[in-house]
Amino acid sequence: MGESKLDLLQGTLDLMVLQTLAAMGEMHGYGIARRIEQASGDEVLLNQGTIYASLVRLQQRGWIAAKWGTSDNNRKAKFYSISRSGRKQLALDAAHWQRLSDVMGRMLAMGQDGGGR
Amino acid sequence: MTEKAKTTAGSWRTIGNRIWAFFHKDPLDLDLDAEMAAHLEFAVEENIRNGMPEEEARRQALIRFGGIPQAKELQRQTRGLPWMDVLGQDLRYTLRTLRREPGFTVVAVLILALGIGANIAVFSVVNTLLLRPLPFTNSEQLVWIAPPPSKCGLSCATYSTDAYDQFRTNTRSFQDVTGYFAFSGADNLSLTRGGQPIPATSIDVIANFFQVLGIRPAMGRAFTADDARDGAPPVVLLTDAWWRRQFAADPAIVGKAFDMNGRQTTVIGVLPASFDFGAVFSPGVKIDAITPLDMYGPPRDEGNIITFIGRLKPGVTLAQARDDSKAASNIMCWNLKYPKTCGDYKGFVVPVPLKDYVSGSLRRSLVVLWSAVGMILLIACVNLSNLMLARAAARGKEFAMRSALGASRGRVVRQLLTESLVLAGAGSVLGLFLALIIVRWLAHQGAIALPLLSTLHIDGAALGWTALIAVFAATLFGLAPGLKMAGGNLQEALKDSGPGSGQGRKHERTRSVLVVTEVALACILLVGAGLLLRSFLKVLEVDLGFQPDRAAAVKVDYDDNVPGDKTGELSAERRRVIFQQILARVGSIPGVEATGMVDYLPLGHNRAWGLPVPKGRTREEFKDVSGPLVYVVSPGYIRAMGTRLSGRDFTWDDGPKSQLVVLISQGMSHFFWPNENAVGKTLTNGRGELLVVGVVDDVREENVEDSTGWQIYYPMTQAGPNGAELVVRTTLPPTSLASSVMGALRELNPKQTATEFRPIKALVSHAVSPRRFFMMLVAAFAVLGLLLAALGIYGVISYSVTRKTQEIGIRMALGATRGKVQAEVITQTLRLAATGIAVGAVASSGVAALIASLLFGTRPADPATFVGVVTLLAAVALLAGYLPARRASRINPMVALRNN
Repeated sequence: MGESKLDLLQGTLDLMVLQTLAAMGEMHGYGIARRIEQASGDEVLLNQGTIYASLVRLQQRGWIAAKWGTSDNNRKAKFYSISRSGRKQLALDAAHWQRLSDVMGRMLAMGQDGGGR
Repeated sequence: MTEKAKTTAGSWRTIGNRIWAFFHKDPLDLDLDAEMAAHLEFAVEENIRNGMPEEEARRQALIRFGGIPQAKELQRQTRGLPWMDVLGQDLRYTLRTLRREPGFTVVAVLILALGIGANIAVFSVVNTLLLRPLPFTNSEQLVWIAPPPSKCGLSCATYSTDAYDQFRTNTRSFQDVTGYFAFSGADNLSLTRGGQPIPATSIDVIANFFQVLGIRPAMGRAFTADDARDGAPPVVLLTDAWWRRQFAADPAIVGKAFDMNGRQTTVIGVLPASFDFGAVFSPGVKIDAITPLDMYGPPRDEGNIITFIGRLKPGVTLAQARDDSKAASNIMCWNLKYPKTCGDYKGFVVPVPLKDYVSGSLRRSLVVLWSAVGMILLIACVNLSNLMLARAAARGKEFAMRSALGASRGRVVRQLLTESLVLAGAGSVLGLFLALIIVRWLAHQGAIALPLLSTLHIDGAALGWTALIAVFAATLFGLAPGLKMAGGNLQEALKDSGPGSGQGRKHERTRSVLVVTEVALACILLVGAGLLLRSFLKVLEVDLGFQPDRAAAVKVDYDDNVPGDKTGELSAERRRVIFQQILARVGSIPGVEATGMVDYLPLGHNRAWGLPVPKGRTREEFKDVSGPLVYVVSPGYIRAMGTRLSGRDFTWDDGPKSQLVVLISQGMSHFFWPNENAVGKTLTNGRGELLVVGVVDDVREENVEDSTGWQIYYPMTQAGPNGAELVVRTTLPPTSLASSVMGALRELNPKQTATEFRPIKALVSHAVSPRRFFMMLVAAFAVLGLLLAALGIYGVISYSVTRKTQEIGIRMALGATRGKVQAEVITQTLRLAATGIAVGAVASSGVAALIASLLFGTRPADPATFVGVVTLLAAVALLAGYLPARRASRINPMVALRNN
């Protein structure tokens, strides 16, 4: 896919969803959204509805699976879980993000030193 | 690499899922709705748990969720095929728009159906005759072997059996060579199954014919060399059509024997339906049965009787085959018994691709036809562009509104193109039906002497072609208004782009250019059609050398066989008795003016027997002169055909024992005795001295358009005829006498086959049928073009009058008369038409020069045609302009002014 900002943001949400499911196990859409909000310390201002586009995309790629079930308080909800290929993808993406944020960290640190090697 | 492969697999999976999702919108939407509802309930519950009142809890939940419709739309776009959804929207919108304007829709679809239908039909013809290979295995290897075109007809295009054997053994380029007997006429086979003998047409082929062409019988077997042995039991192969028609498609027919021409003949097989001998080798003639040619029996010494068809060895080029054939031709003998005839074929054995022989001469006509029909499509598209432009002008505001609401230019153009594609699609479907009807009809025109026509059908190539031209047409007529709309200024359009504004005028200029184009194209078509029509009329006026009106021919069965007749005199005497009887009996039928017999009718088969020379001169003097075509006739034939004669006709007294007499054609007479009367002169040939008793007009024997070679006539009582055609000249329409003539024949000979009673006019008609075919088609297209152009003119003028209603109203209120208003509109029309005609006339003279070779007795710059076409176009334009002009002159100023 392309390298535009939108893709990056989309990719970010996808990665957050994968990570959430990997860490928390089976969850429904609202739970995932809430979990992301909490984990980010409410720094991500998420339109919760947009998570469904991300979920259907991940599902179509085969990285997560979905099935209808019943929640703790006896409400019908659709539960998502990460698949084996989803975990592989998560590992790849996480490594990618780690490298990117390392680079970004070094780049931004450069300004405080007054620049140059 | 594995990474990449995985990604590809992943994206395939996504595409599959997306397509699946596209087709399962409703369940997926329901699922999503339920999921989102649950989401909100979870949120509300949590908020309430956190101490919010229920109202506030719901409000906060909705805020955190974001827009529900947007989220749904985003999910839908992510999971499905958004562009397909847009297409669906466009289609639905298009159908709604078109339904709202049924008049426009019907006209547009009809115009397109005519244009596309004509194109598919003509493409099918071109494809069948020109593009598709012949219906034989590896047909590109097949060659027709014949001399360059000559004046002595079929005899010079055929070879003797000795020549065949020599050619076969002395060439190395060919896998094998075959051929067929070129001189059998229609109805030469009579089948008797109890009751009246049934006429049929068979053709003798060399035994290896089907092996060389690569045709396997659908049932039974093909001929073997043994079937062609002299004295072999007679066998026959049936064509599929005859097997169905005459033998009720009997599945067990192979091995059965029938009485054919008086001999028990065994059916050894049935040919496949795809094999149509007539369609390939003798256009317009239907062949029912194929029989093996007995090369080693009586035909051995009959001279040039076989055509050659060869199959090249793989990898052998045509040039190699030519050289090879040329070398062989130097040693080929007409008859091995006469060594002097060896080398007679020098330079007369030239292979050409079989396909070229079959349809090569039609290439130019077909290209012209194809161009004509292409022009029709162009006119149709221009016309539609015009209609669309008029609509676009009217819809300018609608589109401006849509742009203002956020539709991109691309989206608007896409909408217009979708409309064009829908129209073109509908037009194609209707056009395909139209073409199907035309093609069906054409395939059953057995009387048109065009090769392969009976194999005409709409195939995959034609369907592909349909799709191609539909898309082409849609793009062409959809693009103009599309670009115009997209290029238009939004604000301009949103302001009232009503009467008199700049936008409207600009549209009108474009439309005028389109109309001028249409008129010019129609002009070219009309000039082409006019020239072809004039040529056709000229062909009909040709002096054929005989009078085809009120004459008819019927094939007569007779048996002149006298056992033990060595010299042929006895059978000649017997023929005299039979023929004299028949002619007397038929001649006494009321309404019959003259009767006669001939063995070959004009414009059909023919033959030559070598050149007789004036007494006292030698054959060597005339080495390069072709022999005259030979006709063996009875007394009265010349008169029955309506051929002019000076000198005397044959009489029944010109018997086998008396002086040998001949009639010769004027051309031959002029050649041997320029400025002298040939009557009373003597010719000599191998048989002795021939007294010329009369000179007759040259007859167009081969075809109507070319001057032919010479003719010589022998009396049936002195030479052996090859069958007999009774020619009857009548005072009544000839077909009305058919039953009485047939009755008389049957009375004299109960075995007489129920053969067809053919008006001589039909022979001529058959001979000119290809020209008529092309002329009619081009003329039909020209008329269509004219109608479309008239429609175009009418549309533009009518629209311009509507647009100027207010202006005209004001002028009339200020005192302009009706006459003046009317005259102005008509002037406007004529200005458009005149420009179109001028452009068209110039282009036409160029096109006319291109088709010069298709014309007959007509110059490409034929003034009558050009004047006629210009007058016609002007008249039609005037009519097309008159209707809106009349409307303009009836505008009521008060109403027009009030209406704005």
